[in-house]
Amino acid sequence: MRKLLVLALTLSTVFLLSACGSDDGAIKFGVIGPLTGDYSLYGVAVDNGSRLAAAEINEAGGVLGRDLEIISYDSKGDPTEGVNAYNRLSQQDEIDALLGATFSGVTLALKDLAIADNMPVLTPTATHVDVTLDAPNIFRAAYTDSYQGQVAAVFVKESSEISATKAAVLYNSGDAYSEGLAVAFIAEFLAGGGEVTEYTFSASDDDFSAVLANISASDAEVVFLPAYVAEVGAILTQAFNMGMEVPFVGADGWDGIEADYAEAVEGHYFGNHYAKSDPTQVVVDFVTNYEETYGESPNALAALAYDAVYAMVEAFEQAGSTDADDVIAALAGLEYNNAVTGSIKFDSNGDPIKAVTIIQVVDGAHVVVDKVESE
Amino acid sequence: MSESLELFIRQIINSLNTGSIYALVAIGYTMVYGIIRLINFAHGEIMMFGAYFAFLIATTLPLNLPFFVIVIIAMALAALMGVFTEKIAYKKLRKAPRISALITAIGMSLFLQNFAQLLFGASPKVMPRFISNEPIMFGNIAVAQVTIYTISMSIGIMILLTLFVKKTKPGKAMRAVSQDKEAAMLMGININRVISLTFAIGSALGALGGIFYSIAYSQVYPTLGVMPGLKAFIAAVFGGIGNIGGAVLGGYTIGFIETMTKGYISSKWADAIVFSVLILVLLFKPSGILGKNVKEKV
Repeated sequence: MRKLLVLALTLSTVFLLSACGSDDGAIKFGVIGPLTGDYSLYGVAVDNGSRLAAAEINEAGGVLGRDLEIISYDSKGDPTEGVNAYNRLSQQDEIDALLGATFSGVTLALKDLAIADNMPVLTPTATHVDVTLDAPNIFRAAYTDSYQGQVAAVFVKESSEISATKAAVLYNSGDAYSEGLAVAFIAEFLAGGGEVTEYTFSASDDDFSAVLANISASDAEVVFLPAYVAEVGAILTQAFNMGMEVPFVGADGWDGIEADYAEAVEGHYFGNHYAKSDPTQVVVDFVTNYEETYGESPNALAALAYDAVYAMVEAFEQAGSTDADDVIAALAGLEYNNAVTGSIKFDSNGDPIKAVTIIQVVDGAHVVVDKVESE
Repeated sequence: MSESLELFIRQIINSLNTGSIYALVAIGYTMVYGIIRLINFAHGEIMMFGAYFAFLIATTLPLNLPFFVIVIIAMALAALMGVFTEKIAYKKLRKAPRISALITAIGMSLFLQNFAQLLFGASPKVMPRFISNEPIMFGNIAVAQVTIYTISMSIGIMILLTLFVKKTKPGKAMRAVSQDKEAAMLMGININRVISLTFAIGSALGALGGIFYSIAYSQVYPTLGVMPGLKAFIAAVFGGIGNIGGAVLGGYTIGFIETMTKGYISSKWADAIVFSVLILVLLFKPSGILGKNVKEKV
C-alpha cells in the first residue's frame, strides 16, 4: 500500500514538472462553449470559427513566431461546467488567453476567476451588459443586447422600408437575452415618440396563436421579436399560417433562420453581425474557406469567433509578448479593421463600437438593407 | 362584425385547436387509468414518438405518401409502441402496489425522452408541411388549414371511439374490465387482450395529437410531449379520470382557459392559471367534473 502511494506521488510530481515546462511551445487560446447538448449549434460554430482562424494564422507563420493552439472544452451551456472548463484551461493547459465563454451566463460565472487570474479574455458572443463591467481584462467582439435593441428601434422608426410609429414587441419573459433587447427597444422607440404594446411568451410555449391573434387585431405596423431561431421559426410559421402581413423585425438570434423556415421568414428583417452575401473581400474569403473546411455555411457566431482570434492575435503581436498586462493594454487600444463582422475597437468598458447589419430575407437569401449605428 | 367580437371568435377557434389536441391525448390517459388504474406518465412520450414517426416517414421514405397514409402508419407504430411498453414495463406490476407502477411509468417517460434524444438529437426538427398553409377565410377571419383538420379530425375520431366503446363487442369487454376485472375474467374476457387494445387505441390517439401539435407549431423535439402531456393529464383529471367523455370535456376546457388567458390576460399567467384550476377542481370535486364518487370498499 505504501509503495503504491510513493509511486503515485512520484508520478504526480513528474506530471507537475512536465506541465511547467511548456513555455516555449505553442501559444494557447482557450475556447469554452456548448459543444454538445441542446445548444451545441452555437458552441460548435464558435469552435469551428476559432480553429479556422488559427489554421490560417499558423499557415501564415503563427503568433510572435510561435504556433497558435486552440484548446476547447464543453460547457454544455451550464455555468458550473463552464467554471470547471475554465479551471482546467487556466491551471492544467495554462492558456495565454481565453476566447469565451460562448454564453453570457457561463461567462458571468467565470468572470471573477478570470479577473483574479488577470487573464486576457475576449468573448466572441457573450452579449449580456454585465460581462465587461468592472473587468479591465474582459472584452467582447459582439455588441451588447441593449445596443442591438436600440439599433432595431432606430431602424424601425427611420428606415424607409418600415418607418413605423406603432410597434408591438413580443418577447420571451423568461430569457435575459430576449427581455434585454425588448427593454432597450421599447425605451428607444418611446423616446422617439412611438407607441409600443408589449406581448410576452414563455419558453415552454408552443402555441402562439392567441398572442398572434391579438397582435394582428391591433394596429401595430411592425412586430419586434427578439428571440432565438427555434421560437422565431415556430412563431413566424404560425403567423404565416394565419395570414398575418405585418413585418417582423428581429436580432442576431434569428441567424440561420432561412435554412428551415425560408417561407415563413420571407420578407421579414433582422439585425446581424454580418451578412453572408456581403461582397467585401474578407467576408467572401471567410465564407469560402469555412464552407470548404466544414461543408456548411458559417453563422454569425462562427464569424465572431473567427474575428476574435484574429483580434486577439493582433493584440499579442502589438504587445510583443505573452505577458497578460501587455496583452490587455494592447486589446484596450486595439483597432482591428479587417474583420468579417465590421471593424473592432473597444470602448472604455471593453464593448465593441460597430454597426449592425440589417438583413431582409428575400427569396430565402440575405439581402443587406442597411448598416445602422446608434450612439 | 366589430373588431373585438372578431378577435374573440379567433380566440375561440384557437382554443378549439389546442383543446382538440389535449382531448386526444387525455383520452389515452383516461382509458388506461379506467382499465388498470395506472397513470401512464409515458403517454406524453408516446405522443412525441408519434410525431417523430410521421416526421421520419415523411422525410426518409422516398415514397411521397399522402398525409392520411402517413398519419395512419405513424398511429399504428405508436400503438405498437404503447402495447410494447405495457408488456415490458407494466404487465409484471399489475399486482404490485400502485405507487410502484406509477414510478415505473415516470421512469418509462424519462427513458423514452432520453432515448429519443439519443436517436434523433436534441435540436428541434422542422416538421414537413403536410397541409397547405394557405389560410381559409371565413369572412374576415383567416383560419389555418391545419386548425380545421385538427378540430374536425379530432371530433370525428372521438365520435368513432364513443361508438366503438358503446356498440361493439371489444368495447363492451373494455367497459366490463374497467368495472370489475375479476368478474370480467370469469365471464371469459381475455384481460390481456383488452389491456393491449386499450394501450393501442390510447397511444394511437396520442400520436395523432402529437402529429397535429407538431404540424401546427412546426417542430418536433424530444421534450415535445412533456407540457401537452401534463396538460392533457390535467384535462383527464379535470373531467374525471377513467371517463372518456370527461377527458374530452377536460381537454376543451383546459384549451379554452389557456388560450383565453394568453389572449386576454397574459402569456405569463397561462400555465399558472391552468394548474390552479386543477387544484381548485380537486379541492371541490376530487373525482373530477364527470367522475363518479366511488366509495372505498371496506
